[in-house]
Amino acid sequence: MRNLVRANTTEFWLILVILALSLFLSAATEQFFSLVNFTDLMNTSAVNLIFAMGLVVVLIAGGIDISFAVAASVVQYVTALALMSLGGGNWALGFIIAGLCGITLGAVNAALIHHFRIISIVVTIATFNVFFGLLMFFTRGVSIYNLPDWWSARIILWEQETASGAWAELTLPVLVMSICVFLTWMLIGHSSTGRQLYAYGDNPEAARRIGINEAAMQYIAFGWLGLMTGIAGLMQVNYAQEVVPNALFGRELDVLAAVVLGGARLGGGRGTVFGCVMGVLLIAIAENGLNLLGVSPYAFKMVVGAIILVAITLSNLSLDTLVRQRT
Amino acid sequence: MAERAGPGAVLAMQRVSKTFGGVKALDHVAFEVRAGEVHCLAGENGSGKSTLIKIATGVYSADPGADIRIAGQRVAAPTPGLARRLGIAVIWQDLALFPEMTVAENIAFETLLGARPRLASQRRLRETAQRALDRLDVALDLEAPLRRLPIAKRQIVAIARALVGEAKLIFMDEPTASLTQTETDHLLAIVRNLAAGGVAVVFVSHRLAEVLEIAGAVTVLRDGGLVGVFPTAGMTQSRLTELMTGQTFDNAVAARDRSTAAPVLEVRGLTRSGEYQDIDLTIRAGETVGITGLIGAGRTELGHTLFGMTRAERGEIRLHGRPVAFRSNKDAIRAGVAYVSEDRLSLGLIQPQSIADNLALPVLDRLLSGGLISPRRKAELVDSWIRDLAVKIGKPDDPVSTLSGGNQQRIVLAKWLATEPRLLILDAPTVGVDVGARAGIFAIIRKLAEQGLAILLISDEAPEVHFNADRVLHMAGGRIVGEYDPRETSLAALERAVYA
Amino acid sequence: MMAWLKARLGAEVLGLGLFLVLVVLVFSFASDRFLTAANFGSVAVQLPELGLLTLAMLLPILSGGLNLAVTYTANISALTLAWVLQANGGPEAGFGAFVLGSLLALAVGGAAGFVMGAVVAYSRAHPILVSLAMMIFLRGLGEYLTRGGDISGFPDFVAAIGHGSILGVPAPLIVFLACVLLWQILLGRSRLGFFTYMVGSNIEATRYSGVNTKRALTLIYTLSGLMCAVAGIVMMARFNSVRVGHGEAYLLITVLACFLGGVDPFGGFGRVTSVLLALVILQLLSSGLNLLGANQHLSTAVWGLFLIAVMVLRFGWKRWIEMRRNGT
Repeated sequence: MRNLVRANTTEFWLILVILALSLFLSAATEQFFSLVNFTDLMNTSAVNLIFAMGLVVVLIAGGIDISFAVAASVVQYVTALALMSLGGGNWALGFIIAGLCGITLGAVNAALIHHFRIISIVVTIATFNVFFGLLMFFTRGVSIYNLPDWWSARIILWEQETASGAWAELTLPVLVMSICVFLTWMLIGHSSTGRQLYAYGDNPEAARRIGINEAAMQYIAFGWLGLMTGIAGLMQVNYAQEVVPNALFGRELDVLAAVVLGGARLGGGRGTVFGCVMGVLLIAIAENGLNLLGVSPYAFKMVVGAIILVAITLSNLSLDTLVRQRT
Repeated sequence: MAERAGPGAVLAMQRVSKTFGGVKALDHVAFEVRAGEVHCLAGENGSGKSTLIKIATGVYSADPGADIRIAGQRVAAPTPGLARRLGIAVIWQDLALFPEMTVAENIAFETLLGARPRLASQRRLRETAQRALDRLDVALDLEAPLRRLPIAKRQIVAIARALVGEAKLIFMDEPTASLTQTETDHLLAIVRNLAAGGVAVVFVSHRLAEVLEIAGAVTVLRDGGLVGVFPTAGMTQSRLTELMTGQTFDNAVAARDRSTAAPVLEVRGLTRSGEYQDIDLTIRAGETVGITGLIGAGRTELGHTLFGMTRAERGEIRLHGRPVAFRSNKDAIRAGVAYVSEDRLSLGLIQPQSIADNLALPVLDRLLSGGLISPRRKAELVDSWIRDLAVKIGKPDDPVSTLSGGNQQRIVLAKWLATEPRLLILDAPTVGVDVGARAGIFAIIRKLAEQGLAILLISDEAPEVHFNADRVLHMAGGRIVGEYDPRETSLAALERAVYA
Repeated sequence: MMAWLKARLGAEVLGLGLFLVLVVLVFSFASDRFLTAANFGSVAVQLPELGLLTLAMLLPILSGGLNLAVTYTANISALTLAWVLQANGGPEAGFGAFVLGSLLALAVGGAAGFVMGAVVAYSRAHPILVSLAMMIFLRGLGEYLTRGGDISGFPDFVAAIGHGSILGVPAPLIVFLACVLLWQILLGRSRLGFFTYMVGSNIEATRYSGVNTKRALTLIYTLSGLMCAVAGIVMMARFNSVRVGHGEAYLLITVLACFLGGVDPFGGFGRVTSVLLALVILQLLSSGLNLLGANQHLSTAVWGLFLIAVMVLRFGWKRWIEMRRNGT
């Protein structure tokens, strides 16, 4: 147990902070500790969590990706056009097209990184501009509202009327998110491939010498993020019920902040699914709590930014660095 | 020089060359090792030992024309994965471990390799790792992340990793660098055991006594070329050194009596818990005091405090009789203390930056003219030091990383001498410096001492301090446990005290 | 001739210079309006905004970090100036109010940079993360204070600064070139500039050499923040209004421009001149495409492709040199 806490200090602190925040919000507001609020939180966080599951794998493998959010917009557009030309399609087809499209865009990043030895931040900043620029150019910024019914329909998997008369409900994105979380957990925590990804991110030179296939690592990491990107794009459309080409612009940095808050390290080798979920939830709960407390929506981001800034300062100023700096 | 070939060779390499950026690191080298043999690979730093190991294990690819056979089979293009599958394991000099992963994962990583994804069984990892540790007869917390382990324990993890699986050939590149004598003896026993069981072991160590004790034959490399293959029977340390360097050395004790000179540094009762305790130390003008001891004895930590990088909890430091309390190494430099780090690659120099910039860094304030750096003054500084210390360089604008270890160390010395120090702390000044170039470094140091500089020479090589210091202190477990006068004590006695 | 140029300017500047010539040639054949004063005039007007933000990004990248808060730092600084002007009568505000507002804007930008620098230096948190959090904070702060709207209604001389020119050179361009010169001196000749490169290559080795690296890092980000404030003021003068989110799309372009200019993504290497060249190339590409009927979005995509092409060429060039060296 002590080892568990020692090895996962960030996760441990996150739980404490989330518990404290939840206790405070439960006491300060009536609505926070309610089934309706909880399901709302899950529904709104689902897409970010799916993105986070992909990004954490890339971070663990020692890379970074700035392009995934606009890649998701590309996926949405391509999928919408493909489905329309196929006469509507269905969920299975939607997942296949979106997934393949996402994986392809991820593979483009991986190929540039691996075969031309360009570091991931340079590659993905370039592809960010390419993906977004081409998308806006070809679509002229026009949104698609005329989507197949199955795609934009709100699918409620579970619902319950609460005492207050409001309905608590969980929608499809939550189920899909749970599956993605489970699969990512299996991949990075419990499969040999996942452990190779950790090793590769931790010490690439040592990984090469022990016989880990570098190309495979890049393609798996960025391919997985691509897959998650495709699925997240699909789910975001289901949630928003429209395809807006610049809807996800800027989302990459929000997800990145949440994932790194959850203990993943820029530079590789560290990060867990659990921490990642905690990171996304902490930000979601903070926004949700501010909303319930009646704080102006304009102030949300400011407070969230301040929370992240303080959190990373404190989590990096661990006790031993403080002691070392004093001496 | 024995001509050996044919069956029984686990690894046979012919005509191996390797060029890096126009420089030949290896030139038509042949190397062969047989089953059940302990074979030593000897040579100075930069002679090509590590490059040869990396080619044999597929980390580097050899220049065209090489012929590499593993277990009799010609291998056109070895890769690390292929080498491993063919039964080659390596203990790397830099250990090549994964700091964020657990001890068990580091040792038994082999069970996680392969392209086919499968469940990673923690139980199997632990069992495999435990078996390897049992062979070494050491206990480690298998679940601890590697980054929490001290360097000596990490070395054991690296050794244990090589013992996992059924290796037919194990390369051991400086496996004993941070081990105590007991641990070393244990490792040597295991090596003998492995050899008796038919495993071939290629052993690289700078402790030549160890090499001659364990190996049956030795392949000597010099400047990327093959000197020859020799049996160790009848070989002496001095003969081996001669083969490695192409020069003969007669070491003489350089110690002089400086007990009448004025003290420069006086340390009383210096303590920093967990690092060093109750250190009393005096260094006089023109005196060289050596501190030796095993890695982890607290030598470097003491050096850090004297240089203002850390603060002692108790005790007193006086410079020229006045007590000092450094808030940072900047204060220490201003007070006339300079520190040559043991880690030249990552702390001593800024490798990718130019020779000129590295030299200018600690004395930048003196190069300012009207608040801006004067290129003329900078060029003058660089020219004069390169001339003074006879550094062989191309252009001052070349990156430091293009220089040899010996010349890099001269740049480090120049950079610190430019600050006009009164006390020079040298922490392992010859790590990664050729035997041949070491003499040049020590000649400079001796000249500095003659000019009145007080020098603290820290080294884990007992001979180095024995021959170059005026007095030798032995440090163990954070304390100074003995003092020796090289003129009265033999090197053998000092080594017995340090390594026992 | 080539060898002489290469020795004088360095391979990076020479390579980018050739690219510049190529871009000019291609577009002057493709459009007869490319080689006109009007076109270069519009380039000269567009260059400063992106250019000043890129200068703000350059220092942190050279030190081995990144400042993702450049655009919002610029916005917040401009907001500060806007309020000072409004508090002093809006359109009737005097020049004194403008000077005071500008100084306060610089103070705000510098303060944002100082906080980032101090956190990066003392907590050793990754600069991407620190500046990202600062960016989210500043964006939120700005949106909260402006309620997402525009602030306008400035005295006439503000617009004159944004659109005026001295001896035919647009005023923003003069400001930009002055800042380029300042950065050139800072990085080439000053102590802090020297430390920036050293810290970027190896911060621990720099600390061992007696440099107060914490102070250096704090100063680097503070200067970056100050440059953001200059960019914010210039943008305000150009648009004659302030809105949080102005120039948001420039954020990743500034990073792209630095990489294109041969700045090492890990820090330690990079020159102001080559970054300036990269900026000019980007603007010429964009104006050329514009003349051919494309919009800014296509230019953005081409910029991305251009960065990939340059990186691939650099990779190929290095390989080729290695092969040639090993061959002989």
